[in-house]
Amino acid sequence: MFCSSLLFCSCYSVQAEVEDTLKRIQGINGVIGTIVVNAEGIPIKTTLDNSTTVQYAGLLHQLTMKARSTVRDIDPQNDLTFLRIRSKKHEIMVSTDKEYLLIVIQNPTE
Amino acid sequence: MSSKRPKSKEASKIKGKGHPDYIFPLVLTSATQELFGCQADEDVTGENPYKLLKKEDIIKDMKTRASVSDFSPVKQLVLDYPEDELLLVFDRDFTYGQSFYLVLTVEAKENILKLRYKISPLQRRCGAPVCFSDRSAQDGKEGFVECPSYQDKSFSIREMEKHTAIQASSDTKNSSTQTLWKHPKNIWTQYEPREFSLEEKEHHLRSKNLKNFITSVLIRFEISLQQNYITDVFCDDWTALCEDEGALTGKTETQLKEYQSFMDLHFSKEKTISHVHWHPTISGVIAVAMTERLSLEERIDNSTKLLLNPSYILFWNFTDPINPQLQLECPDDVLCFQFCPSDPNIIAGGCMNGQIVLWDISAHVERLQDTRSGGKNISNKLDKNETPVVRYCAVSGIENGHKAPITDIQWLPETFELGSSGEYSPLKFSLRDNTVDCPSGDKPLQNAEREEGCGFAQLRVPSAKQQKPMENISTKLYVGTEDGELVYTDWKMEKDNDSGRLLKVEFLECFLSGTKPIHRFLVHDTLVNTVTRSPFFKDIILTVGSFSFAIWKEGVTNGPILMSAFSRTMRTVGHWSLSRPAVFFIGKEDGSIEIWDLLQNTHEPSQSQNISSAAITCIRTSCISSKQHLLAVSDRLGTLHILQIPWTLRRSSNSEELVMPLKQEEELEAEALKEYEQFLALEKDILKNMGLLNETEDSSDM
Repeated sequence: MFCSSLLFCSCYSVQAEVEDTLKRIQGINGVIGTIVVNAEGIPIKTTLDNSTTVQYAGLLHQLTMKARSTVRDIDPQNDLTFLRIRSKKHEIMVSTDKEYLLIVIQNPTE
Repeated sequence: MSSKRPKSKEASKIKGKGHPDYIFPLVLTSATQELFGCQADEDVTGENPYKLLKKEDIIKDMKTRASVSDFSPVKQLVLDYPEDELLLVFDRDFTYGQSFYLVLTVEAKENILKLRYKISPLQRRCGAPVCFSDRSAQDGKEGFVECPSYQDKSFSIREMEKHTAIQASSDTKNSSTQTLWKHPKNIWTQYEPREFSLEEKEHHLRSKNLKNFITSVLIRFEISLQQNYITDVFCDDWTALCEDEGALTGKTETQLKEYQSFMDLHFSKEKTISHVHWHPTISGVIAVAMTERLSLEERIDNSTKLLLNPSYILFWNFTDPINPQLQLECPDDVLCFQFCPSDPNIIAGGCMNGQIVLWDISAHVERLQDTRSGGKNISNKLDKNETPVVRYCAVSGIENGHKAPITDIQWLPETFELGSSGEYSPLKFSLRDNTVDCPSGDKPLQNAEREEGCGFAQLRVPSAKQQKPMENISTKLYVGTEDGELVYTDWKMEKDNDSGRLLKVEFLECFLSGTKPIHRFLVHDTLVNTVTRSPFFKDIILTVGSFSFAIWKEGVTNGPILMSAFSRTMRTVGHWSLSRPAVFFIGKEDGSIEIWDLLQNTHEPSQSQNISSAAITCIRTSCISSKQHLLAVSDRLGTLHILQIPWTLRRSSNSEELVMPLKQEEELEAEALKEYEQFLALEKDILKNMGLLNETEDSSDM
C-alpha cells in the first residue's frame, strides 16, 4: 500500500511537473497554443480545440520528419533540434526528440 | 666428210658373211627406186647415201608386188622392225655386195645417223673472233629479265576468323493486351484521425521520458518566444516608414484647379448665389439658388421692382456652361434648399419671406440626364436656348408659416405623424433667422418619406393615426444662433405641449423659452453661419462663425475641442472634405478658400487659395469619380466656380481615420489639463488671499 501510494505520488508529481511546464509556456506573452504529440503524430496534450490540434499535429509531424531527414542526409551525425516557421500571422515552433514532439504557436506582433 | 664405220665385232662379221646381221644388202630395181625415191645417183649419192623408208610403204609394196618386190627376202625382218622408218643406205662401193643395203636394227640406224649431226656445229664455231659491246638493260625487250611477283597459290592463307563490329538494335515490337472493363463505380473512404484514449494520454503524461523531453526543450522555447515578443525581426522598417504607396509618385499639384465656372448672363446679373447643392444622383448637375444682392433697405426701396423680377433656382450641367438646364421658379428669394434624400426629384426650399416651397422636377429629369450624356435628344423637343421653367408645386401659406426668412432647411429621415386636427406641419426642419444650420441628430434610416405641406396634398398622404414615438433614436441637434451661440438640444419633446404637436413652427419659441437646452455655448462673436457634422465621425461638428471656427465633439460639454485663431478676414462658410477625415474648407470674405488639414497644422491653414474677387457664399464637395473630386464654390457675384480637388487633398492616408480620434483625445486631454492647471492656479490665489499657505490644510478643506 505504502509503495503503491508512493509510486502514485511520483507519477503524479511527474504529471504535475509536465503540466506546470506546459502552463508556463502557455503563459508566455503571445502564445496561442501548445501541443504535445507522440512520435507518430497523435496528440497527447493540447490547449487548442480538437480539430485544430489534429491538423497541426499531422502536418507538423510530417514536416518535422522531413526536416530531420534533410539535416541527417547532409550530415549523418547531425540531428534536428528546433524548427521555427515564421508566417505572416504566426510563428510555429517545433522541438522533437525520439519519442515526442512539442509544438508551440505564437503571435509575435502584438 | 668421213663416215666412220663402227668398230666393233660387227665389222668382223662382215667378213664372215660379207655383211653384219643388221645390214641386209638389197637390190632395188629402178622401179622400186623410183617408187621410194632413192634412185641411185639421183636421190641418194655417195655423199648422202642415207634414205629413210617407211615401214608401211615397204609393207604395201610387198603386198602389191608380192614375190616380185625387192623386199621380199627381208619381209619378215621388216615386219619385226620396231620402228616406223628403216634406213636404206646406198652402197656405191658395193661394200656388201649390193648397191643398197638396209639397216635392220634401230640402234645401228641411230649410230649411223647420229654421228653425222654432232660434228658439224662444232666445226663452224671454234676459233671464230668475238667482239664484246655494252648494251643497256632497257634497249630491247630482251635486255632484262623480269621476275614480277605473282600469286603463288601454294602459299595463300584462307581467313578463317574475321573481327567485325556489330551493333545491336532493338526491333520494334507490337503487343497488345486486353483488359477487363469494369463499370465505374463510386468509392469513398471515411477516415478520422487517430487519437489516444484518456488512459493512454495520462500514461504518456506520466512517463518520465516526456518530462525529461519537455524540461530539456523548455529553454529553447522560452528564448525564442521572448525574442519574438521583444522585437519583430522580420518587419522591414524602411518600407513601413512610408505611409501610403502613392506618395512617391511625385504629384506636386496641391492647388485647387479651376475646372469650370458657371455664370448665367440672363438671370444672374446683380444676383448672388445663396445656396448650392449637387444633385444627389445625377453626376455633373448642380443646383444654384440665386437671390438678389441687396440689403434690407434696398429691398424695401425696390420692392416693386423685385416683384416683377422673380428669382430662380438654376440647374447647371457640365456639358453646357452657358445655358442652365432647368429653372425653378420661386415665390421669393430662396435662401436655402435641399433635395429629398429618398426622391431626388423633390426639392424643398425655404424663402426669404418665410415660405417653404416644394418643387417636383420628375418631368425634367430626363432632360438633365440626357444632357449629361450628350444632349442630342433634347433638340427635338425643346429649343436649346430656352430653359424650361418649373413652377413650384407646393408652398406653405404665409399666414401660418414662418415669420422670418428661412435660413436653413433639412430633410428628416423619418416620418412622423402629427396633428390630430388634420393640419400637417411640415416635417422639415425649417428654422427662422435667428437660428442657423441645424443638422438633424437622428441616425439616418433607409427610406425617408416626406410629408406634404399644408394646402397641397398631392403627394403621399399619411394616415391619420398617431404613431408611437420611436425611443431609441437620438433626437438631439445642434443649432447655431445669430448671436454666435451653439445650442445643443433635443427636439423630441414630451407631449406636454398644448396640441401634442411634436414639431411645430413655434417650436423654437417654446424651445428657447420653455424647454431648457442641454448645452449652450457662446463661442463665436457674430452669427454662426455654418454648423456641419463631419462625414467620417458622427460626433464631430464644425461651426464657423464670422472670424473663427470651432470643432466640437458631441458629449464633450466644456467647450470645443479645437478653436481656431481669429482671422483678419471674415469667414463666411465652412465645409468638411468628403474624402479626408482631417481636412475641411473655409471660405472667406475676400474670395479665398482656406484648406485646413488638422493632421498637419492646427493653428493655421495648410493652404490658402484665392478663387474669386467676391466673398464666398457656399462650398460644396462632390465626388464625380474616384479620380475626380470637385468643389463647388459660389460667390457673391453670382458665379459658380467648380474646382478640382488635387490628389493630395483627396487621397487620405491609411492612418488618418485612426489618427483623428487620437487627435481628439489629445485635444480633450489638453483641455482637461488646462482646466486642472487653471483650477490649481485659482486655488493658490485664493489661499494667498486668505493668507493660508499651508497646502495640507487646503486639501482637507477642499
